[in-house]
Amino acid sequence: MLESTFDTGAHPTTAQLAGAASTAPGDGPSPGRPATGFARMIRRPRFWLPAGVIALLVMISLFPGPFASLFGNGDPRACDLANSGGEPSVGHPFGFDVQGCDLYANVIYGATPSITIGIVVTVSAMLLAIILGLLSGYYGGWFDTILGRITDVFYGFPFMVAAIVILTAIGVRNIATVCITLAVFSWPTMTRIMRSSVMSAKNMEYVRAAKALGASDWRILVIHILPNAIAPLVVLSSLSIGGIIAGEAGLTYLGVGLQPPSISWGLQLNTAQSYFNSNPHLLLYPSLFLSVTVLAFVLLGDAVRDALDPKLRK
Amino acid sequence: MSGADNPSPLATKVDAGAARKAGPVTETPLLAIRDLVVAFQADGHETVAVRNVSFTILEGQTVALVGESGSGKSTTAAAINRLLAENGRIMGGTVLFEGRDLARASQRELMKVRGAGIGLVPQDPSSNLNPVIRIGDQIAEVLIAHGRAKGKAAKLRAIELLEMVGITDAARRYRQYPHEFSGGMRQRVLIAIGLACRPKLLIADEPTSALDVTVQRTVLDQLDELTRQMGTAVLLITHNLALAAERADQILVMNRGEIVEAGNTREILENPQHEYTRKLLEAAPSLASASTAHQVVANNTARGSSAQAGGVGVAVPADGPSATGSLPPAGVRGDDLVVVKDLTKIFNSRGVGGKVFTAVDGVSFSIPRGQTVSLVGESGSGKSTTANLILGLETVSAGSIAFDGTQLTTLRRRELFRLRRRMQPVFQNPYASLDPRFTIEDTITEPFRVHNLGTPASRRESVRTLLDQVALPSTVAKRLPHELSGGQRQRVAIARALALSPELVVLDEAVSALDVLVQAQILELLAGLQRDLGLSYLFISHDLAVVRMISHSLHVMQAGRIVESGTPGEIFRNPQVEYTKELLAAIPGAGLSAVSAMGSAE
Repeated sequence: MLESTFDTGAHPTTAQLAGAASTAPGDGPSPGRPATGFARMIRRPRFWLPAGVIALLVMISLFPGPFASLFGNGDPRACDLANSGGEPSVGHPFGFDVQGCDLYANVIYGATPSITIGIVVTVSAMLLAIILGLLSGYYGGWFDTILGRITDVFYGFPFMVAAIVILTAIGVRNIATVCITLAVFSWPTMTRIMRSSVMSAKNMEYVRAAKALGASDWRILVIHILPNAIAPLVVLSSLSIGGIIAGEAGLTYLGVGLQPPSISWGLQLNTAQSYFNSNPHLLLYPSLFLSVTVLAFVLLGDAVRDALDPKLRK
Repeated sequence: MSGADNPSPLATKVDAGAARKAGPVTETPLLAIRDLVVAFQADGHETVAVRNVSFTILEGQTVALVGESGSGKSTTAAAINRLLAENGRIMGGTVLFEGRDLARASQRELMKVRGAGIGLVPQDPSSNLNPVIRIGDQIAEVLIAHGRAKGKAAKLRAIELLEMVGITDAARRYRQYPHEFSGGMRQRVLIAIGLACRPKLLIADEPTSALDVTVQRTVLDQLDELTRQMGTAVLLITHNLALAAERADQILVMNRGEIVEAGNTREILENPQHEYTRKLLEAAPSLASASTAHQVVANNTARGSSAQAGGVGVAVPADGPSATGSLPPAGVRGDDLVVVKDLTKIFNSRGVGGKVFTAVDGVSFSIPRGQTVSLVGESGSGKSTTANLILGLETVSAGSIAFDGTQLTTLRRRELFRLRRRMQPVFQNPYASLDPRFTIEDTITEPFRVHNLGTPASRRESVRTLLDQVALPSTVAKRLPHELSGGQRQRVAIARALALSPELVVLDEAVSALDVLVQAQILELLAGLQRDLGLSYLFISHDLAVVRMISHSLHVMQAGRIVESGTPGEIFRNPQVEYTKELLAAIPGAGLSAVSAMGSAE
């Protein structure tokens, strides 16, 4: 059951991969090799374990309500200052935060922004990387040169400083602006990866054969090069989801990410920093969830890498 | 050659190792392998790669182990010094080297034997040298590892070794890195490493397969010379029977993990016993005078029957192949499908002060309908660039290409698109020329989709016809490329090229990556297709022996120019240019053709 929810939810990278590839002519399921790769991958614990955790987290972020009310106090905004910083008790397994709100409900609701941001940022950066990488890798020339220098500029910025500047300049701090900021710093690396794998794919003889047939550039790019060049990008993306979630938490913790009354792990950690001597559980639970989430995505990325890399598959 | 000579005068230089066995006891073999069985573990089950292999090598003897890829020859070699892949295991048998069983020796013992007792010259010069370590240090490393020399002495010895393998200016070269060496020079360095400790046995695993023929010859000559001087025995692993015949005293023929025939080189050439050896001999282009003759007959019939083929009309292009029944000999104008004139291609390397490189330099030739014209040359001679120019995959810098009267160089996109239907390529690498994610059917029908021809049903129908033409069962249509063998893939590539019923097929090293037997089959297929469909071929190859079998006329290219043209007969009998003579002499087994002619005449 978890597996199937995983497929619809937390698997946008591969779902999208398939979407891109399905423009291919194939009557029926075309790629046999990746299918066997995935089939084998899915049977391994190092895949389904993190995948299961992610599936659960995605469910939580989509429907936080039912999960939050598991212990009877599902409203994260039902607070009583009398309980401020209170210890765990019956019905409140994680205790209370400084405002006297149920910490468990807050941590559950905090999953939504984290996971949304992780996935939205990754998918949009990946799409951009696919388009730019295909164009610059395949055509080269001035476009490639200019794009290369632009990505250099992005590498030149220290990420945190630049993100703080951008978010401060925008002024509005919500999920959308945080997404944009993180995406701005994610696409350059992905584009480079895509570009280099396109460059090696375009020299393959089957691409030359297609050219000699008179196939259009569009056809060559979408049907021959994209499916054969995308594996490294898929791997990089699945590895970077975790990093992006941590990045969001970092920005929020620094006070330039999401703002109250939003609920997020980053905000909870931000609040907890001032109280963690007296109330360590305020820090413990959000950071535990954050770590598990990031770890699950990174492990999943590892498993995907092994499934896609023919050298490691053996 | 080296036979069982007593160590020559030079052997006085040979230190400890050889001196110990002063009186050469040629009866006790240096290496004796008995009932060797090697298996590989993959996906939970075991595959036996080498079964019951037994042979001996005497001191100073050169023994060649010949077989196709997958025959177990490299595995046998790797088992000797126990350098098998991780999942490989010796299941049984003994490997006696100087009386010690290496199959059961400890790792510590093996380390002493490797390099010092048994040298190794690996196959690929581009990946077997560490790119970040100086050449000299890589040679000295072996000496130091075996305690033969240290510091300054090791360096001097390494320079001496570099000189020995024929690298000039060795002291300066010592300090250079692998990328500053050409392929041939790197292979010499690998030989120097292999021989550094004056081993008693040198295993040379396809030592020259990655090199051009002329380089291959000089490198092998050097190897011969050195091993003779040192009295080193050589186990030469090769897929090339002709090369083995030329270099070895004894030949072992391997097929599917077993030695099917072993014996004296001359005996095997003249009187092969096993059917597989006979097949190999027949298929070896440079030895196969018989099959060359056969081919000439085939070509003659091709000329005769191509007119009839026009009537059959299976996939014959509208304007038909050679309209005339009496085909003009190659070179007569008037019925040329392609006329290339003063073709030039200049590459500008990017960046400031970029160098200009002329890859193709004023090349002129023509391809008569229904005939095969070959371009022969070593890597970098511009032959593949010429092919790409004709296929419209590169832009022409100067000169002209006329295809059936139409100038290709001035064509607009749309017109070029239509013309592409009439000329199709087949490339070298059967592993790279098919999209790994396309089924065979997808691959073969792609031309129809690109040119918007036919309905799904008619496309499927043509897939069947095309697969039939290239002698593949229609069941492969649903398979993926990695499920097919190299030869089958190349057949698929040919089927794709034929899909649009082209008049010209450009075969760019199309059989170079295949094993000899498969190569012979594909050449036969190509000759048959030419006969039936009246195709014209532009055949690009570095292998003169293969070219001889298939061409009506050939052009020898060197440094972007055609240096000599003629029919294969003329060029093989009476080469005019020095370069052509060199190329001909470098064909492995060239000197043996008299012998093999005798052999195959029987």
